[in-house]
Amino acid sequence: MDSDDEFMSGLSDDGFEQAHDSDDGSMADDEEFDEDAGFSQDKDLKPGKKAYEVDFKVFSPKDIQSHQDKQIDEVSAILGQPSEATAILLRHLRWNKERLIETYMERPESVLETAGLGPESVQTPTTKVIKGFTCEICCEDTPGLETYALKCGHRYCVDCYRQYLAQKIKDEGEAARIQCPTSGCNRIVDSKSLDMLVAAELKSRYQVLLTRTYVDDKDNLKWCPAPNCEYAIECGVKKRELNRIVPTVACACEHRFCFGCTLHDHQPAPCSLVKQWLKKCEDDSETANWISANTKECPKCSSTIEKNGGCNHMTCRKCKHEFCWMCMGLWSEHGTSWYNCNRFEERSGLDGRDAQAKSRQSLERYLHYYNRYANHEQSAKLDKDLASKTNVKMKSLASTSGMSWIEVEFLKTASQTLQTCRQTLKWTYAFAYYLQRNNLTEIFEDNQKDFEMAVESLSEMFEKPTQELAALKVDMMDKTSYCNKRRVILLDDTAQNLKTGEWKFNVDITMGP
Amino acid sequence: MAQKRIAKEYSELQKKPLEGMKISLPSEADMHQWQILIDGPKGSPYEGGVFTLHLSLPTEYPFKPPTLSFKTKIYHPNVTNDDKGSMCLGMLRADEWKPSSKIDAVLSFAKALLLEPQADDAVEGGIAREYKENKKEFVKNAKAWTKQYAKR
Repeated sequence: MDSDDEFMSGLSDDGFEQAHDSDDGSMADDEEFDEDAGFSQDKDLKPGKKAYEVDFKVFSPKDIQSHQDKQIDEVSAILGQPSEATAILLRHLRWNKERLIETYMERPESVLETAGLGPESVQTPTTKVIKGFTCEICCEDTPGLETYALKCGHRYCVDCYRQYLAQKIKDEGEAARIQCPTSGCNRIVDSKSLDMLVAAELKSRYQVLLTRTYVDDKDNLKWCPAPNCEYAIECGVKKRELNRIVPTVACACEHRFCFGCTLHDHQPAPCSLVKQWLKKCEDDSETANWISANTKECPKCSSTIEKNGGCNHMTCRKCKHEFCWMCMGLWSEHGTSWYNCNRFEERSGLDGRDAQAKSRQSLERYLHYYNRYANHEQSAKLDKDLASKTNVKMKSLASTSGMSWIEVEFLKTASQTLQTCRQTLKWTYAFAYYLQRNNLTEIFEDNQKDFEMAVESLSEMFEKPTQELAALKVDMMDKTSYCNKRRVILLDDTAQNLKTGEWKFNVDITMGP
Repeated sequence: MAQKRIAKEYSELQKKPLEGMKISLPSEADMHQWQILIDGPKGSPYEGGVFTLHLSLPTEYPFKPPTLSFKTKIYHPNVTNDDKGSMCLGMLRADEWKPSSKIDAVLSFAKALLLEPQADDAVEGGIAREYKENKKEFVKNAKAWTKQYAKR
């Protein structure tokens, strides 16, 4: 059994308050989350749920905290361990509840030992003054020194303990796995001890770090990657499903991102294509492609030469070698017949030409998709600049036309729609670059064309001077909803075919382990 | 805070020196920089040589680990073969270091490493491979380097 799945379902039914939810809400059907059919047919047929949508929940820091506490309480009751120790055990086993309970029931001592909760030699730990004590860390032996020891009994002065904890938390960002300062002792510093020893500021940092490990440790939870956002998203889509689904989620902060790779929303292209595409665009390989398509090498000294005039009679700048651009042969052999290069059909010349044509074709194909991809990226940026002016526009429109603030809201909606649509359009081009041609591709391109036309005409309207906008209100609202509709149609179609594995790609789209 | 502990460790090591090691301070004013002369252990390819090591104690010591480096060139999988001669493994790593660890343990660790290199945690991959696959060749090279660089 895949304990992940099991645990997932355990998560969703404890039903604490949810901050935000995907369009159709409920995670209830996750209880029947089947191992191999993460997105079964039944689920697809649920009314209102599109093929490209995934279920997810947004958690605030408070939610995450209470979620953690709840898990700890639950497991604490089962194991009969105090909640401090339970928290350490859960963190040690990366919050895998089932595995913890199972292994604990089998051999409790060894689980406790490896988690850093070995046999106890001292009762409730408190700070103490001990006569004749010398701290092993700082070698201080002043009478009246406050000391502290974890349950393992290794005692140090409180100052050293504080400095040790401060360094671990502040400098090393460590929380759940801070051990006793004694070399060879793996006893974990529990948060009760920590509370007693450190200043309030460090305590809160410690809590933040603990919460972070909770989210980091679990596959179905991810932090929203938006800067300064403190929310986390829960989504049940697994890594191995990423070649069949593009799990776009939206945080409460409005940031839309892919749960699979945490990059910005890249529907309809699956994560692995996105990775390959970005790498391709980044690589200099395309520059090399350009060179091979537009230049030749001097047959004598191999300098790279770009033809800059019409004449085929080339003279290498470097070695002064004279040759024919057409057949790459010696110019002297051409005599006066250069204009009708009779070596053109020669085998070697033919091969050379083929190689060059092929390279040129692949370059042109790439550039076709890349230019459109880059154009939407650029346009989205421009639209965004425009959006920042939207507020100004809305105000000015409200004042000139006598419309109320609510009535000019359509501008904001239009601007947001433009952003989302451009983002999707951009990725349709990367997606198409990797598609093999067949009937489905034709349908896809038709959808893409309709969608793109709609978006461009909305974008055009959006740029109109403010005084004309009032008259365009109805048109613009229509266009906005039409754009959304076209986007849904395209995404639904691509997602559907991705799920069923209908698309034929010209690269491998299975994600690595 | 660190001063007291460092002074104590230093005087203890002077009183009860580790076998085959001589410790001194290059500058009396700076307790954080130590010089160690270590004899190549018997039975190792370093036998007969004497190696100069530098031990540097950070200001955060003992909360952060000391750094140990070979000033004498040495043919060893765990010591970088450059002018730094640095080592980074076991208790010398920040995440494994504990404030209660002592310098004598660090030095004993270094000596043990001369007797038995840890090829799986190597900084010099080539030497590590040779150590694992062609011990004879490794011993020959290590001996030659000892003769050349670590003469008494």
